[in-house]
Amino acid sequence: MTRITVTVDGVSYSDDVEPRTLLVHYLRETLGKTGTVVGCDTSSCGACTVHLDGDSVKSCAVLAVQADGSSVTTIEGLAQDGVLHPMQQAFHENHGLQCGYCTPGMIMSACALLKDNPDPSDREIREGIEGNLCRCTGYQNIVKSISAAAKASSSTPAGVA
Amino acid sequence: MIPAQFDYHAPTTVDEALRLLAEVEASGRDVKVLGGGQSLLPVLRLRMAAPEVVVDLNKIPDLRGVRDDGDAVVIGAMTTHDNMTREPLVRQHALLLSVASATVADPQVRHRGTFGGAIVHADPAGDIAAPVLALDCDLVIQGPGGRRTVAAADFFEDLFTTAVGEGELLVEIRVPKYTGWGARYEKFTRVAQAWSVVAVAAAVKVEGGSIAQARVGLTNMGSVPIRAHAVEAALIGQPATADAIKEATRRAGEGTTPPTDANADAEFRRHLAGVLTGRAVLAAAGAS
Repeated sequence: MTRITVTVDGVSYSDDVEPRTLLVHYLRETLGKTGTVVGCDTSSCGACTVHLDGDSVKSCAVLAVQADGSSVTTIEGLAQDGVLHPMQQAFHENHGLQCGYCTPGMIMSACALLKDNPDPSDREIREGIEGNLCRCTGYQNIVKSISAAAKASSSTPAGVA
Repeated sequence: MIPAQFDYHAPTTVDEALRLLAEVEASGRDVKVLGGGQSLLPVLRLRMAAPEVVVDLNKIPDLRGVRDDGDAVVIGAMTTHDNMTREPLVRQHALLLSVASATVADPQVRHRGTFGGAIVHADPAGDIAAPVLALDCDLVIQGPGGRRTVAAADFFEDLFTTAVGEGELLVEIRVPKYTGWGARYEKFTRVAQAWSVVAVAAAVKVEGGSIAQARVGLTNMGSVPIRAHAVEAALIGQPATADAIKEATRRAGEGTTPPTDANADAEFRRHLAGVLTGRAVLAAAGAS
């Protein structure tokens, strides 16, 4: 076992983990952060996307030991004081989900995209979420949601995290 | 699925990593080097490999970053694909490496996956090897006995096999400067994030409306990346126009023996090589 210290959604945790433990399993099974889901188990679908030191990553393709000393943000860390993050609000208002399974990963990828490109075209949005698969093929409203979040954040100085 | 158990080491210097590799190999245990992990971790999870020891290079700062070294740009092996897409030195002097890196997999994979890792992994459908070959990069390998440099033309030996031996690491990639060259990496995939069925790396220097110099590398047209020397020669001196480029590039697949698999047979791949080479050179030349 290896001792790791990781900040997840603003809280510091120290745990003993096996080196083979994937970050997604550490988040779900050790910390109980089940908002981050396992979709394909082959690193294709992006449902398990989280931010590792600010960059979007597939948490099934990172070892928990590799996150030692790092900061992780999951879907559970976006809402503040019971208020949805602008991206979550935009998915809610624009029906950016059908079954909802891909939604945590879609939202984390979408937030990473807007951090990099605050005013993306529809094509840039589609390229930005190319690492996330929606098994319902509900991409139309997902793109619409991200576009709406970009417009909403450009009109509020606080912006999207 | 979770990987089989392994011992994990995260050295902070190249020397420490090499010492660890030597020790583990001397003990007869199976070891894998972990770069960005975007190929290795899925393989471990599917239990297609079960090394007893994993040596992670992510904590070695010396392996990251890009520097100017006079007539060459030097890229640390652990520089991520995402860094390669943005790095001004690479964009200015080796644009082809930057534009090819931007097409690897998806944003999440590009945040973790590394330039050197992709080169050493040497998947024939990977997108980094053909650009490295096309630009005549030098690969700097470090082992217990010191450093040696291998030219890209001699580096890729077979499927998933390179000149990097046991107990060695790829530490740097040196690319000669191609300042002012246009570049394009044109790939054909079934779906957005899929492996390339065929892809073409092209860099072109246009002077006075004509192609003065050209470099073309082919992805997934054989067990190793292929340099299209005949196409390069045919392009020299041609006007940078669609018709001339199409004529000079349409035989890019001739003489190659690409694989036949579920995505495409060899004949279709040869067809794709010609079409994609035309598109890549046209875009690299800025012609229409």
